[in-house]
Amino acid sequence: MLDLTYETPKPKIIAGAKHDWELVIGMEVHAQVSSNAKLFSGASTTFGAEPNSNVAFVDAAMPGMLPVINEFCVAQAVKTGLGLKAAINLRSAFDRKNYFYPDQPAGYQISQLYHPIVGEGEVIVDMGPGIARCVRIERIHLEQDAGKSIHDMDPALSFVDLNRSGVALMEIVSRPDIRGPEEAAAYILKLRQILRYLGTCDGDMQNGNLRADVNVSVCRPGDYERYRETGDFSHLGTRCEIKNMNSTRFIQQAIDVEARRQIAILEAGGQVDQETRGFDPDKGETRSQRSKEEAHDYRYFPDPDLLPLEIEQAWVDDIASTMPELPDAKKARFMGDFGLSDYDASVLTAEVEAAAYFEAVAAHADGKLAANWVINELFGRLKRDEKDIADSPMSPEQLAGVIALISKGDISGKIAKDLFEIVYVEGGDPAKIVEERGMKQVTDTGAIEAAVDEVIAANPAQVEKAKANPKLAGWFVGQVMKTTGGKANPKAVNEIVAAKLGL
Amino acid sequence: MMSELTKMGLADARDALAKGETTSVELTGAFLEAIEASGALNAYVHKTPDLAMTRAKAADEARARGEAGTLNGLPIGIKDLFCTQGVDSQAGSRILEGFKPEYESTVTSKLWDAGAVMLGKLNMDEFAMGSSNETSVYGPAVNPWKAEGSDAALTPGGSSGGSSAAVAADLCLAATGTDTGGSIRQPAAFTGIVGLKPTYGRCSRWGIVAFASSLDQAGPMTKSVRDAAIMLTAMAGHDPKDSTSADLAVPDFEAMLTGDIKGQTIGIPREYHMDGMPEEIEVLWSRGKEMLQDAGAKIVDISLPHTKYALPTYYVIAPAEASSNLARYDGVRYGRRAKLGQGDSITDMYDKTRAEGFGAEVQRRVMIGTYVLSAGFYDAYYNRARRVRTLIKKDFEDAFAAGVDAILTPATPSSAFGIGEMASADPVQMYLNDVFTVTVNLAGLPGIAVPTGLDSRGLPMGLQLIGRPWEEGALLNTAYALENAAGFVAKPSKWW
Repeated sequence: MLDLTYETPKPKIIAGAKHDWELVIGMEVHAQVSSNAKLFSGASTTFGAEPNSNVAFVDAAMPGMLPVINEFCVAQAVKTGLGLKAAINLRSAFDRKNYFYPDQPAGYQISQLYHPIVGEGEVIVDMGPGIARCVRIERIHLEQDAGKSIHDMDPALSFVDLNRSGVALMEIVSRPDIRGPEEAAAYILKLRQILRYLGTCDGDMQNGNLRADVNVSVCRPGDYERYRETGDFSHLGTRCEIKNMNSTRFIQQAIDVEARRQIAILEAGGQVDQETRGFDPDKGETRSQRSKEEAHDYRYFPDPDLLPLEIEQAWVDDIASTMPELPDAKKARFMGDFGLSDYDASVLTAEVEAAAYFEAVAAHADGKLAANWVINELFGRLKRDEKDIADSPMSPEQLAGVIALISKGDISGKIAKDLFEIVYVEGGDPAKIVEERGMKQVTDTGAIEAAVDEVIAANPAQVEKAKANPKLAGWFVGQVMKTTGGKANPKAVNEIVAAKLGL
Repeated sequence: MMSELTKMGLADARDALAKGETTSVELTGAFLEAIEASGALNAYVHKTPDLAMTRAKAADEARARGEAGTLNGLPIGIKDLFCTQGVDSQAGSRILEGFKPEYESTVTSKLWDAGAVMLGKLNMDEFAMGSSNETSVYGPAVNPWKAEGSDAALTPGGSSGGSSAAVAADLCLAATGTDTGGSIRQPAAFTGIVGLKPTYGRCSRWGIVAFASSLDQAGPMTKSVRDAAIMLTAMAGHDPKDSTSADLAVPDFEAMLTGDIKGQTIGIPREYHMDGMPEEIEVLWSRGKEMLQDAGAKIVDISLPHTKYALPTYYVIAPAEASSNLARYDGVRYGRRAKLGQGDSITDMYDKTRAEGFGAEVQRRVMIGTYVLSAGFYDAYYNRARRVRTLIKKDFEDAFAAGVDAILTPATPSSAFGIGEMASADPVQMYLNDVFTVTVNLAGLPGIAVPTGLDSRGLPMGLQLIGRPWEEGALLNTAYALENAAGFVAKPSKWW
């Protein structure tokens, strides 16, 4: 078992006019399932298609059309559940959530209220080296996405695009275990990371493929602990749900302003109303969308078109056997096997592609050097080109080749950076390039001694100063490196300079 | 000659076509002519004569090539609830005005694949909600039967009233129906024909406009038990497009009709003796018992103790599902949309469209369904009804486990009543028509109505046989024995 011990972070405290307040946050994350076809139809899920082109008869709720469950989407939900160390329910069922809206063509959404496919799990949210929050997952259920209403194409008409109607979503419901805006952002990013590792959701927040409803309440210090001890929600404040957030920045802003709004109400002797609110990033405020009184009565009931979903343990085991290594395990392994720092291991495991790249480099080179080169040089270079690691023009083998030349002492660090740029832009075998372009570092002490003698002879005043202050020896080293075009072995130059100056 | 052709049953017509005694074109022509003259019955609501003749010709050509299907060239009628590609499919409702599906229901596809010829779409209660065809947007279909000495128009039953009227009046060889609470069996009993509701899941529901998804089931309405067996063989079968359709092989049901029921045990449920039931129905039921006994069956009294809860249970579950199933009729994508005023919102569009698109009975059931599913009432109504449903199902399972092969009951509490007769009655009076049939839907069992006699007014009456799940073959065979013993041959005298 990997050692993943961590300390729990302190909750965010907001000082009110009268006293301190703590935040309590729970999130419902809607993750679009990565799948070619919709949850209950064979229609494509491709993003950006012509409006209403990816629509099967059942997605448009034509009379007499029936849903048929897409087994792949079920497998994806199971895989996600396993990735969140959650219980898989071998028997789950679909319910209808009834409400009228033009982009909800059947007048109901098929969801799983009473018997979700995935039960309790957890997500470890890293909040710094050795510090992490364990957020409990209450459940994950499968449901259909709605279509899209478009109100700004015509002054008098609204349009509806059903391409998204029926696309599979996983709703990942957390317990109210998130204790501050930063933790909320870190939580959704950690979920995103796990989902992307699993390949069950692409995590594209900009296009709404990953979005969250954020439940925010405030309480006095100590109340949360009382809730955790007893499970009694009455220790917590009344919550408001901020709908449909798809940016970590806005999630943090919204939580902060919503908490302050609630604190102001409470300190003025008022009561927070349980309601649904929307966040307006331009005005930096949340606004009421629907109060409890206006809340829909969704009239949930078991969908009679679908039999209960029964899966077998053997099938779950098959999926379990195909699980990739997940971020926490990979990070711990990178720290253990390669001696990486917590920070470097976190950076390298943020994206599964980057982690794979690093491992491929580290297979042929020193792990720590590999980490430095991947994080500092390669990531920086790719960022400049606005490229993803998957599109890197430089292969892990090429980068390993550059690093190997440093380790062997064939090139200096400075030359290595030049070599990196050449290989990145032009391609080719690093060792050959070094050979062909005469970039090999000079380790011939005779040649270095001559160069050192030359510099000493030309700068008598500097020699005197250096003898008084040995730190100035570095100036000589720099001069020698310059005259040798950077090819002299720095270690040898250092030693010879020190000897010649009698330091 | 023409009218002689239409008097044939499905099996007779099939044999006549096979022997070359007639052609599908000739047979179809005869039916089209009969349909043209049948306006007073209001059975057909969308006629498809051109399509019928095209298919008839194709069927004759297929036969000439030696490629005749089991229903090759046989003209039939289709309940308006079935989606038929390019042909109006309105479910008897104003809200589906002008709706021509781009797809064909699985059941009708199977019928066409077997070579059947569609004559047109048949009248029905709106969204299959009704027992007299009076909730239809097309106006009621009329029963070809009249009481002796009376000219009053009678109901052909409902919801498959167009189907029952058309079969009884020789306006098709057979028809499709659907049965959610008795909508095949009650109209069959009212018109002196055979109506079979198969086991839930035997026929695909794909492409059939949904009323109550956990109860709806398509089935045949025919002039004889043999014809029902032939039709069911063609209609039934697993459909991957319907998750509730059973993955079971479909036997040749006609081949199972031996008429031999010796040693079969027939249960007589004591709870089906209803207060106020006409004496004639009681007598009919007793006669049925005797007939089956004479045919070698053993008659046993049984108890189905939860029967009295069936009707209230049904009238919670069916409206609940319907309220959700009918939410899609919102005027947005197809069918009728109300004319809107300046500044009307989307909610106004829903309200106006549904107010003018749905009739009173549909609105009543949508409201009942919405109520029983609403927060605070869900457990008291819907959940309780689901639990009672389980008990009703268990009543039957216990009876079958005790060795009962089939259960004999009346099909309806009365013979056909007059159109308009129930207009001012409490809606519950109308719902009582389903009292003997809803249990079968709640339990998902196969049930068949067989005409067994005429009452003192000369109107047909039927008995119902209920079978074990998936054993339609055995059920049809018992019905066949009952049919043989009853020897019901009466036909309505033509007045239309």
